[in-house]
Amino acid sequence: MELTPVVITGVGIISPLGNDFSHLMAGLRAGRSGVREVAELEQVGGLRSRLAATVSDVDPKQIPRKFRRSMSNMSIYAYLASQQALTMAGYPDDQLDSGDLGVSIGSTLGSTITSENFFADYFRDHSLERMKTGLFFKMMGHSCAANVAQSFGITGRVFAPSAACATSSQAVGYGYEQIAMGKQQAILCGGAEEFHPLTVATFDIMHAASINFNSCPDTTPRPFDQRRDGIVCGEGCGILLLESKVSAEQRGAKILAEVVGFSTTSDTSSIASPDVGAMVNCMQLALQDAGLSAAAIDYVNAHATATEQGDIAEAEAIRQLFADRIPVSSLKGHLGHTMAASGAIELAASVGMLQQQELIATLNLEQIDERCGGIAHLQQNCPHPVKTILKNNFAMGGINTTIILRSYLHD
Amino acid sequence: MTEAEVIELIDSSLAEEFELDRADMGPTANLYEDLGLDSLDTVDMVIVLEGAFEFKIREEEAVRAIRTLDDIHRFVLAKIEQES
Repeated sequence: MELTPVVITGVGIISPLGNDFSHLMAGLRAGRSGVREVAELEQVGGLRSRLAATVSDVDPKQIPRKFRRSMSNMSIYAYLASQQALTMAGYPDDQLDSGDLGVSIGSTLGSTITSENFFADYFRDHSLERMKTGLFFKMMGHSCAANVAQSFGITGRVFAPSAACATSSQAVGYGYEQIAMGKQQAILCGGAEEFHPLTVATFDIMHAASINFNSCPDTTPRPFDQRRDGIVCGEGCGILLLESKVSAEQRGAKILAEVVGFSTTSDTSSIASPDVGAMVNCMQLALQDAGLSAAAIDYVNAHATATEQGDIAEAEAIRQLFADRIPVSSLKGHLGHTMAASGAIELAASVGMLQQQELIATLNLEQIDERCGGIAHLQQNCPHPVKTILKNNFAMGGINTTIILRSYLHD
Repeated sequence: MTEAEVIELIDSSLAEEFELDRADMGPTANLYEDLGLDSLDTVDMVIVLEGAFEFKIREEEAVRAIRTLDDIHRFVLAKIEQES
């Protein structure tokens, strides 16, 4: 089967560093942190972490009530980011319902906030008589994808990968494959996450949440650093409009970057702990998919969330493939871990790095943990010729993903 | 509760739930054509009214015949009268 090239023509962002692509890039370039104290977490019994990378200044009222009534925060973020991506791409309104455009947007869970509110009411008297019609549409697993399709009148394929921290990189990867196979001309791809203390607790009970920097939020998380002590949970949404190169050129759309490789694999060594060999295998499969050797990669955007085991394993996996030949950084220090949104937000940032020919360093990386050594950690932003980027995401459940982006402008 | 108070509670509850402009909420306003509600909203409207007036109306045949705000006003007033 002949595959068609796939490009990125639009980006939409709701993030702890701001609510569009330019604010995200400005925040990253300025070395800003999106992590803040969350007073709500002090009220949760047994929770040690007090920090999160939450979004602000989102105005849900921009969305007509008829669409918003079935949306929780994650779908609101997905709607607003999708709208940005379609606008940036100049995607024609009269093509939204052509069947050529699809939606691939996932989330870790359905809306936990909605579940909590429903059950808090339900357990008062076990009555369902106060349950409104919007409840299910906020709790279902494909809430973001369905709400985006309904709101914009998108009639092509709609699917919603769910793989925790690898959700949106799978969403992008599966979208890439479907366009490459000619099943769709364009797909809105990404993931969304809404903050809830349950996510923080999930990592805290496994001793994988940052708890030692509660009084100085902007100094954590600390990927690859000696003093790293875990994840800071975040929220937001990243959307990339993937499109066949032919479609983009026919429309005269500005092409931001090309997606040239994808792989996703299952690491069955543990449901929670990463395996170096499985990570290496995932990156190798993506290189194979792209038809590239490791020598063709100019920069690795790591998943590195600042956990003890995850950072060591990923650094070792990158070392085995790339040694210290190319720069490596993680954006979790700026953005926290936006979970289902992280892959797409960090891919968007990688698109920005390709455009600006400037690499973003790992924030809060002061003393490199020697167990994360042997790779070229980037500790200062720097202008750097970069044509091809390899991007990792590794998720709870043993789900690994790697995506390879290539600059469209710098041949 | 006076008739005017009942009507005010109905209108304010629906305005809040469905983000309606009170200026559009004349008694003859059609819920679907003028106020833009649909079948899902109708289900939620019943829940809102049950919450506001602490009665049960979802099984009542007359609910299905409601088309205008005035229909709602008259239905609720009759229901309150019937239960008093």
